[in-house]
Amino acid sequence: MATSRAEAQDPQASTGGYALPDAQGHFGIYGGIYVPETLMHPLEELRDAYARYLRDPDFIAELDADLRDYVGRPSALYLAERWTRQLGGAQIFLKREDLNHTGAHKVNNTVGQALLARRMGKTRIIAETGAGQHGVATATVAARLGLECIVYMGEVDVARQEANVYRMRLLGAEVVAVKSGSRTLKDAMNEAMRDWVTNVDNTFYIIGTVAGPHPYPAMVRDFQAVIGREVRVQMLERTGRLPDALVACVGGGSNAIGLFYPFIDDAGVELHGVEAGGDGLATGRHAAPLCAGTPGVLHGNRTYLMEDDNGQICETHSISAGLDYPGVGPEHAWLKDSGRACYASVTDEQALAAFHELTRVEGIIPALESSHALAYTAQLAPRMSRDQNIVVNLSGRGDKDMHTVAQLDGISL
Amino acid sequence: MSRPVNRIAARFTACREQGRTALIPFITAGDPTPDVTVPLMHQLVASGADLIELGVPFSDPIADGPVIQRATERALAQGMSLRGLLELVRAFRIKDDRTPVVLMGYLNPIEVLGYTEFATAAAEAGVDGLLIVDVPPEEGHELVAALQAQHLDLVYLLAPTSDAGRIERIGAIASGFVYYVSVKGVTGSANLDLPAVTERLSLIRSVIDLPVGVGFGIKDAETARQVAGIADAVIVGSAIVSRIEALADRPAEIPTVVGDFVASLRQAIDGAGA
Repeated sequence: MATSRAEAQDPQASTGGYALPDAQGHFGIYGGIYVPETLMHPLEELRDAYARYLRDPDFIAELDADLRDYVGRPSALYLAERWTRQLGGAQIFLKREDLNHTGAHKVNNTVGQALLARRMGKTRIIAETGAGQHGVATATVAARLGLECIVYMGEVDVARQEANVYRMRLLGAEVVAVKSGSRTLKDAMNEAMRDWVTNVDNTFYIIGTVAGPHPYPAMVRDFQAVIGREVRVQMLERTGRLPDALVACVGGGSNAIGLFYPFIDDAGVELHGVEAGGDGLATGRHAAPLCAGTPGVLHGNRTYLMEDDNGQICETHSISAGLDYPGVGPEHAWLKDSGRACYASVTDEQALAAFHELTRVEGIIPALESSHALAYTAQLAPRMSRDQNIVVNLSGRGDKDMHTVAQLDGISL
Repeated sequence: MSRPVNRIAARFTACREQGRTALIPFITAGDPTPDVTVPLMHQLVASGADLIELGVPFSDPIADGPVIQRATERALAQGMSLRGLLELVRAFRIKDDRTPVVLMGYLNPIEVLGYTEFATAAAEAGVDGLLIVDVPPEEGHELVAALQAQHLDLVYLLAPTSDAGRIERIGAIASGFVYYVSVKGVTGSANLDLPAVTERLSLIRSVIDLPVGVGFGIKDAETARQVAGIADAVIVGSAIVSRIEALADRPAEIPTVVGDFVASLRQAIDGAGA
């Protein structure tokens, strides 16, 4: 048995020199706290509470118990033998975050933040959501803790993710359709921040990814880092050494950071982030700020953005609603500039091909988000030798994408 | 150039000497079309504005309520940009070299232009100060340096959630005036609570020597009159912008209608001091 938090922090674990962000949330020039004055005090409060509970054995024990009994951790590490054979290169291990309660990695973070909210005495939870996975994961933990829950979702996404909207409502959450701007994820985040400014006294904002103002990028990373800690222990058990490469899709970047973070100091482990290339980077219709964007400030932090020459944020495109965001977590911006991680993109078409491939070859239906990581792995594995190992984060299951995929196949469900 | 050393300080000094509270209307540059902005600015002055706050349209205005969000969308749809806005200020300055103009907006358009290039262009166009909603003092160092080099004031927001320590820290770097956000919320949201605002202003004044403007939640002449009794400046945004919105398809009528409303605010404010 492996992978409780205590065991994961064994002497073999990476302890090296990486210590970002700084006290104000900076990863080099990225990150920080770019918010209206009204939010400065609540963010300080959150930062202090988080720093306190992170060292509180009661809190950690409660979190670990929830991750085990409610989420179902540790999640399996599965060797995809047929797919490996077919690709003819490195051994491919899938980290099965799709097996978590609610079907994706998102719940690792919402469990942690909701426990924090309760300890801070907050009675009202708000969240933004794109595809609805983070919204569902938030509504789920709010239901369990008996907290009021409001989820902001762009009007466009409400229409294309009906099933998740219904799930959230079943769980007792109020889903607010956001009609401003492009009516997608970024606008849902704008609206959640407006709600927070208005209701700061009793409200806890559960951000779903490693973006937003400090301490969110660090806090969400820490809650998601359970993924990488487990992988570390599981790979040492299975292969006796660390993996040669890690691959994860990057929208905001929470599943990728969760996998990468415990390995940042291990120079021998390659880190590959895969962005949504949409119709192709050359078309401009994509969601790949690290590959094709420029630095700027949005939603409380400095990072790579999809923006025009006037600093207006561009609309994005991806087949996967969960990657359809014009920014990216600031730590990824830092990892890119520092050269520690490398970032590539795959197109909608490539992701879709990988979706079908894994489904048929391994009997696992992946989320379209995770399919981006799989598509990249299909390029990477054949270039590596058979005695090398890749771990891919299978961040979510594909049930939510049935309508999207069926529609592309000309089938109406 | 005949530009006064600092239009903002000069205007607040004049108001104090005349015993009147300053009136600061807010409009979004380019709303509903760029053609309207400069004539409207002149009308605001003729109707009694002491200083003009000009909104810089940004695609993701997280501190703004629906009224100003829609103004921003109208302006962006007309192709309004930060560079275009500076051209409007330059055009305004041809006839008016006395009324201070403060830009209000978000960091990213400035970030993309570059702090130094922006500060130089803004000063040259006749801008007097800046209020950047999403830049707290903690993140402002480079921006402050670039603005100071061009003698531009950096106006900071203070909120109901700002404690004494933050008020002090902001007071140490703010210039021109400080802007007290009278409600927890976005622009144009709730009604302000006068006794609570009065109490906060006395705390702010005990720490900060600059004039204190109050905004967010001043919807009509009566609220303006009440706030004028306690603040150095009354800032009105959404109530003006909603009148612009109502006439978005009849832009020729905007200066008159908005001018009448601003004149009514002026009258109410001056009545408060009488």
